[in-house]
Amino acid sequence: METLLSNVVPFWSSFSGDLQLVLVSAAKVIVLLVPLILGVAYFTYWERKIIGWMQNRLGPNRVGPKGLLQPFADLIKMLFKEVIVPANSNRFLFVIAPLLSMVPAFVAWAAVPMSDTFVVADINAGLLYILALTSLGVYGVILAGWASNSKYALLGAMRSAAQIVAYEIAMGFALVGVVMAGGSLNLGDIVLAQQGTSIASWFIWPLFPLFLVYFISGVAETNRSPFDVAEGESEIVAGFHVEYSGIAFGLFFLAEYANMILITVLTVTFFLGGWLSPFAGLPGFADSWLAAPSLIWLVGKMFIFMFCFLWFRATFPRYRYDQIMRLGWKVFIPITIVWIVVEACMVALGIGPWSGTV
Amino acid sequence: MITSALFYTFAAILIAAALGVILSRNPVHSALFLVLAFVQSSVLWLLIEAEFLAIVLVLVYVGAVMVLFLFVVMMLDINVEELREGFTRYFWVGAGVALFVVIEVGQVIWYRSQNLEFMVRPESLPADYSNTKELGSVLYTEHVYAFELAAMLLLLAIVAAITLTMRKRPGLKAQDITRQVSVRREDRVRIVSMDSTKD
Repeated sequence: METLLSNVVPFWSSFSGDLQLVLVSAAKVIVLLVPLILGVAYFTYWERKIIGWMQNRLGPNRVGPKGLLQPFADLIKMLFKEVIVPANSNRFLFVIAPLLSMVPAFVAWAAVPMSDTFVVADINAGLLYILALTSLGVYGVILAGWASNSKYALLGAMRSAAQIVAYEIAMGFALVGVVMAGGSLNLGDIVLAQQGTSIASWFIWPLFPLFLVYFISGVAETNRSPFDVAEGESEIVAGFHVEYSGIAFGLFFLAEYANMILITVLTVTFFLGGWLSPFAGLPGFADSWLAAPSLIWLVGKMFIFMFCFLWFRATFPRYRYDQIMRLGWKVFIPITIVWIVVEACMVALGIGPWSGTV
Repeated sequence: MITSALFYTFAAILIAAALGVILSRNPVHSALFLVLAFVQSSVLWLLIEAEFLAIVLVLVYVGAVMVLFLFVVMMLDINVEELREGFTRYFWVGAGVALFVVIEVGQVIWYRSQNLEFMVRPESLPADYSNTKELGSVLYTEHVYAFELAAMLLLLAIVAAITLTMRKRPGLKAQDITRQVSVRREDRVRIVSMDSTKD
């Protein structure tokens, strides 16, 4: 890194240490954010294509070859539409709400490691930081609902807030299990704790119930189908963002997809060995690139879960509101608590992959 | 230098937000100012290298408590006039509390001006020092009884809160999901065979 930089920027070493740190961090942020935003854009295209195919349609196919420029067409359309602020609404909160829901979705990426060397902020309490930031996203939804001065929006915001608070607890408990298995709150250390032979040492096997609870809670936290009662088109029009138009609505849209990608990367990091290769440690793959840990594996595993999000949306009917609450409070939280106890017994008895951590 | 500049910036925002909590007319705005105040104080904790406490403050208070608080405040139809009625009566109590706090803060500042031995600023710790781990190791060894007592108290509060809502009302209409799921066709529909001819 150091030698590379001195080649590109001849006067690099003349910068002070603090300035170097700031510049390197800014560069890392750009390297991370640009593909992420492009990924979000093409995730929307991919969703429309997948759902189209599942419903025996073609999906978007008019803008560019095979409709590949569709996300940009959507973006340009939204940018040029007027943002209408409803009468008697709270103007400041109405405008700031989309930002409040989008910013945490992107800021949380700072602590997510892309490989064992590339992470924007390698903080000790990374997992807590991510939990704190994902819990902030609900403010955008609540404020959007309240500031719109509309009954539908307020109802949507209330549903969403109750749902997010309920599933956050199950999510937090599932992560307690991950921390116990990984022995660290640092995401990089959690991934490194899953090193071993092929897929056998990933946390998904000993923590399978927690993995299911975490991913389903993630779907509920992002207000995605089948838990999308906050939007509930058939009952409350579009829920919390019913009064939003143009790019203000676009930001909510962006935040939802960014949150989905964040949930997938976290699921992969916590349960599926992050950037580790599924061929690692197998005979016959010893020296090949297939066994080496790399970004390809991280992105590949993420794609599976991103597809699941779309698959769920295309195939599942929407949950009824009381059933969502029942699932969160009466099913997921007891499952996670029981499994934490089981895991504690396994750690104490030295069974399982983490026998060395005690 | 940078640290003190950051401190004064965030402390100023914190005080402004705290003033906003008590001065704004709309209760929702007050709650949002309180959120801002929490975030600012968490930044101040970050500056004194208490990362765990800072993140937990955001996680617990901003992420959970204030969300529920906002939830309630938005649903309530609060009559501001009615709340103002007791202002002169409660003013003296509030002023007394404020005076007390001012005296305490003054005392802390006075101690620092005396350069006493026990007020020396601790050295800043290396970057790989994890205060989450340190806090855990103290909490689960030295203070384990106090910690478990607090946990039991919280559990008791949860049980009490649940019992308050668990009362059975006569005529309450609720769905039993197990029964709904296990319903069979024979329970709902009766298939009758009839002649297709009409007379």
